[in-house]
Amino acid sequence: MLKVEKVCAGYGRMQILHDVDLTLGEGEIVALVGANGAGKTTTLRAVCGQIRPTAGTITFDGAPTLGRRPDELVRDGLVHVPEDRALFGTLTVEENLRMGAWTRSHAQAETALREVLELFPVLAERRGQVAQTFSGGQQQMLAIGRALMAGPRLLMLDEPSTGLSPKLTWAMLEAIERIRDGGVSVLLVEQNAKQALAIADRAYVLESGSTVLHGTGAELAGSAEVRKAYLGL
Amino acid sequence: MSNIGNQKGAALAPDAEAPGAASPRGKAPHPLRAALGGGGNAAILKRVAIIGGALVIAIAVALLKSGSGLVVWQSVVTGLLMGGLYGLIAMGLTLIFGVLDIVNFAHGALLAVAMFIAFGVVQGTGLHPYLTLLVAVPALFLIGGVVHRGLLSGTGGGSLENQLLITLGLSLLLENGLLMFFGAEPKTVTLPGDFQFGLFGAVVTGARLYAFVGALLLGALLFWLLRRTRFGTAIRAVAANGPGAELVGINVRRIHTLTFAIGTACAGAAAVLAAPLITVTPTLGEQFNITAFVVVVLGGMGNVGGALVGGLLIGLVEQLTTIYMDGQSSLLGVFVVFVVVLFLRPQGLFGRRA
Repeated sequence: MLKVEKVCAGYGRMQILHDVDLTLGEGEIVALVGANGAGKTTTLRAVCGQIRPTAGTITFDGAPTLGRRPDELVRDGLVHVPEDRALFGTLTVEENLRMGAWTRSHAQAETALREVLELFPVLAERRGQVAQTFSGGQQQMLAIGRALMAGPRLLMLDEPSTGLSPKLTWAMLEAIERIRDGGVSVLLVEQNAKQALAIADRAYVLESGSTVLHGTGAELAGSAEVRKAYLGL
Repeated sequence: MSNIGNQKGAALAPDAEAPGAASPRGKAPHPLRAALGGGGNAAILKRVAIIGGALVIAIAVALLKSGSGLVVWQSVVTGLLMGGLYGLIAMGLTLIFGVLDIVNFAHGALLAVAMFIAFGVVQGTGLHPYLTLLVAVPALFLIGGVVHRGLLSGTGGGSLENQLLITLGLSLLLENGLLMFFGAEPKTVTLPGDFQFGLFGAVVTGARLYAFVGALLLGALLFWLLRRTRFGTAIRAVAANGPGAELVGINVRRIHTLTFAIGTACAGAAAVLAAPLITVTPTLGEQFNITAFVVVVLGGMGNVGGALVGGLLIGLVEQLTTIYMDGQSSLLGVFVVFVVVLFLRPQGLFGRRA
């Protein structure tokens, strides 16, 4: 459903992505791993429309995304959760979640709200609390919950384990698997490659702005060369 | 009203665990606390006590200076009534700042435009002055939208210097346009059937009372819009995190335009309400602009509720200053308060520390 071909992108005159290729099918969890500065975040930003690729093509459901803004792509079901989470800090949990369903009908929003509160019970307990008072883990759940409110078909998560304890990280990964089982494809960027590969169906390794390796999660996690060269395991 | 804006992205940094435990579990913030921009109950009480104490001293000094309780009482009443209007004007200005990060120096000039629209409609059609709200408010809403789309939302409106130059230039253009079309001689808008009544000795005119009540009602309407509607929540969402708003599918540019239009419409409404109280001149916007900026800073930049309270305070200060200065330079006191607030509490009385 997502196809990224020979994409180059960057900020101003600084080119970050040189040649990124990846594909993602319905119901897959695809992980994007690599060292700091390899271009993982930039790839997601190019896909969601926050930055415009200078070359190459990105298609979502066969339609090119070039020149479309993030808010337009959300309507098509492509939802991005950035690393900084971009929550509405002064709004309550419930307001954050309801804003997540901005593009949807009232009835759809109500259904989605029930599902999200079921998936993350802590959000239900604190629905009246202002988001900026949340801890890192709670904020991450809220960010993913808010993204789910939009009814995504492809969810892109940038470092969802940032700031989480190891225990919470595993809970988060389990939640991501459950989201996938609910019919949402996931493109996952992780610094922590070991955990990402554990739940990914397939994975790409990025190095210096290019996709250099590709395989199933298990293959990449099992390859000694990969572990040593790219994953620091 | 929570602070719109002045803490963009703050506090969302990933930190390990637990600050959530420090705040009341599952509870909405107290409305008053939200209105005053946070802090605990004790902090709010302390602020209210300090402001109240300062007011008591200011009034006592005014009493000593004038020697007449009635004069002071009249000033307090007039000051509060006028302050409601300042509050409404400043609410529009602070909303625009909080959501768009634009300091709109044309706010006062736009207010003058609205006042001339009111004057022109009353002159031309004989409509009741307050009914010109139905013309001036939509007109200013449209003008605000056009100004944002045409001048500010492009790449030219990006930097702070550009915004300053564009809005300042616009205000000069509007003022001189009014001067060209309407001439420099002062105009008046009279309220048919205006009346007076005594309020414990102070004289209150109907026009002042209506202006005050109208300003409070419109302020409450704006408040309700921001707090209780989906659209208003989206405005606050854009203020809290613009990129985040885009990622949930909100067309941020459209919200910006509408917010600028609403903020400008506030000036339009205030202009109509104020028209019977003052002489209408093309340059009257300047003084309102200055006062509104002081109110915005006093209330905490981007804090809509703070702007209303700040407006009432500045109305009072202005009137009390005329007692201190024997009728001279009512703005002097306003500036003294401005400087003191900037010095001691630059985030405003109700702003949150950045």
